[in-house]
Amino acid sequence: MAERNPPQSVTLNVNGTSETLEVDTRVTLLDALRDHLNLTGTKKGCDHGQCGACTVMVNGRRINSCLTLAVMHEGDEITTIEGIGTPEAPSDMQRAFVTCDGFQCGYCTPGQVMSGTAVLEEFRQGWPSHVSKDLTGNADFNDEELAERMSGNLCRCSAYPGIRQAITSVATKTKEAAE
Amino acid sequence: MRPFDYHRATDLDDASGHLNASTQIIAGGTNLLDLMKLQVMTPQQLVDINRIDGLDRIEPEGEGLRIGALVPNSDLAGDERIRRNYPVLSRALLAGASGQLRNKATTGGNLLQRTRCPYFYETAMPCNKRDPGTGCAARGGATRMNAVLGVSEHCIAAHPSDMAVGMRVLGAEVEIRRADGSHTRKTLDELYSLPGERPDIETTLSPDDIITAVILPAPVAPSVQSYRKVRDRASYAFALVSVAAVVQVEGGKITRADLAFGGIASRPWRDPAVEAMLVGETPSIDLFRAAGKRLVAAAETQPGNAFKLPMVRRTLAGVLAEATGLSEPTTGTDNVGEIA
Ligand SMILES: Cc1cc2nc3c(=O)[nH]c(=O)nc-3n(C[C@H](O)[C@H](O)[C@H](O)COP(=O)(O)OP(=O)(O)OC[C@H]3O[C@@H](n4cnc5c(N)ncnc54)[C@H](O)[C@@H]3O)c2cc1C
Ligand code: FES
Ligand code: FES
Repeated sequence: MAERNPPQSVTLNVNGTSETLEVDTRVTLLDALRDHLNLTGTKKGCDHGQCGACTVMVNGRRINSCLTLAVMHEGDEITTIEGIGTPEAPSDMQRAFVTCDGFQCGYCTPGQVMSGTAVLEEFRQGWPSHVSKDLTGNADFNDEELAERMSGNLCRCSAYPGIRQAITSVATKTKEAAE
Repeated sequence: MRPFDYHRATDLDDASGHLNASTQIIAGGTNLLDLMKLQVMTPQQLVDINRIDGLDRIEPEGEGLRIGALVPNSDLAGDERIRRNYPVLSRALLAGASGQLRNKATTGGNLLQRTRCPYFYETAMPCNKRDPGTGCAARGGATRMNAVLGVSEHCIAAHPSDMAVGMRVLGAEVEIRRADGSHTRKTLDELYSLPGERPDIETTLSPDDIITAVILPAPVAPSVQSYRKVRDRASYAFALVSVAAVVQVEGGKITRADLAFGGIASRPWRDPAVEAMLVGETPSIDLFRAAGKRLVAAAETQPGNAFKLPMVRRTLAGVLAEATGLSEPTTGTDNVGEIA
């Protein structure tokens, strides 16, 4: 068996910019973002789908970038934490994490912000969860629902109360704006 | 990871032309890549089926539904028809993994995900499933996640899927495309093999077979459906025990009691003798206890997993009490109304 296979070319649309890479077939989307595109905001916690630090959006949906290969994403739209906002112009969710102390060391934070942003969209689209009382209606936004929906993002510092508060504050603000 | 070739299949013919004993289909990749990183699985080529048209739809099929093999777990759980008519399947899916994983995990890949036995994952340890003939390190080891039913001298690994337990209770069939282009269907009992002498052979599929869909029969309506999962933390953990039920009660008697179990067996488990004990009877806690006893009569436990026997008996009794109206339904127990 060959020691390594020739690199393959793949074009990803990352945060609105088309990027063509030559990668070994083994390179995960996570490693492509961090090591090939120098987008180091996305973190590697476990590399096995168990922590959520690597959460990014692919074609608008949150996934674990550590459990997918870069070569599988030809033409896909990838959004990372760098595409959500900047220090000068943070997104509402990023700002809420700062205001609510939604972190301590900050390592899980990019993943939490990506998931929190996606969870609000999932609520908007009426997705049910394991704790939804009624499967046929739309789930209410509450702390139990939020904890369940965010369970794929672990925080070693256990900043969970601040994380939930941050996401809740954005949800409340969005709801008020809609009314 | 070991080096491998990557092939993006354009259609089913192209995909099956690349499949053999040393290649693997990749769908969501959430189980396969995990195992490849640990070198538990070392395919020489991955055949990516994600760009094949037509495998990502949920369509009516007779009075039931045809679920394409690439339908993500999130979409299946959220589908309005599944939520209304097959809630036990939505519940089973929503009890599994995390939001991120369910967005990537597919219907076909979920069925064929491999065991979470810690010795299967640890390549320095013997494991008859990973390396046939090396022995089973789980026996005498840490067995909290292992099976008590359908096990063999050579393997006590449990099937980890929640979705498959929901599919099993609904009597779903898997549609398989053979290399010659023909299609065949298998029930989940026909799909999954018991470990026996060869725990490495987990299904009756050939390496060049492709799962194209799962077919759900007509909904059972009216019915009460329930999925209850017991695990070490409230979310994002595999089942220690899970119970799926589709129950009908008429005139004070149980007329249907379809039951499937996860976490306790080598494959999604169903026991016709237990169901037969319940049908025609008046619901009572004593009856449910007797059914639970029958379920585990042939169980083989290890010191580390003997707790699963009382746990599954109690979980079953609780689920049946809710499904038959003996106790108030809690979250996870849903009513399916008459189909309009
Ligand atoms: C941290 C973590 C927690 C999890 N928790 C749970 C849980 O609580 N409950 C649960 O049920 N699951 C859980 N999972 C497992 C998850 O559900 C599976 O990884 C997922 O369903 C696999 O689907 P996939 O499409 O990603 O499969 P892949 O990884 O792409 O494939 C899995 C296998 O199926 C084969 N395959 C895929 N599609 C086809 C096809 N169409 N035809 C033939 N063969 C095919 C592949 O060759 C491979 O061998 C968890 C996973 C992780 C990482
Ligand atoms: S790094 Fe991907 S889930 Fe932990
Ligand atoms: S803030 Fe440190 S891991 Fe979450």
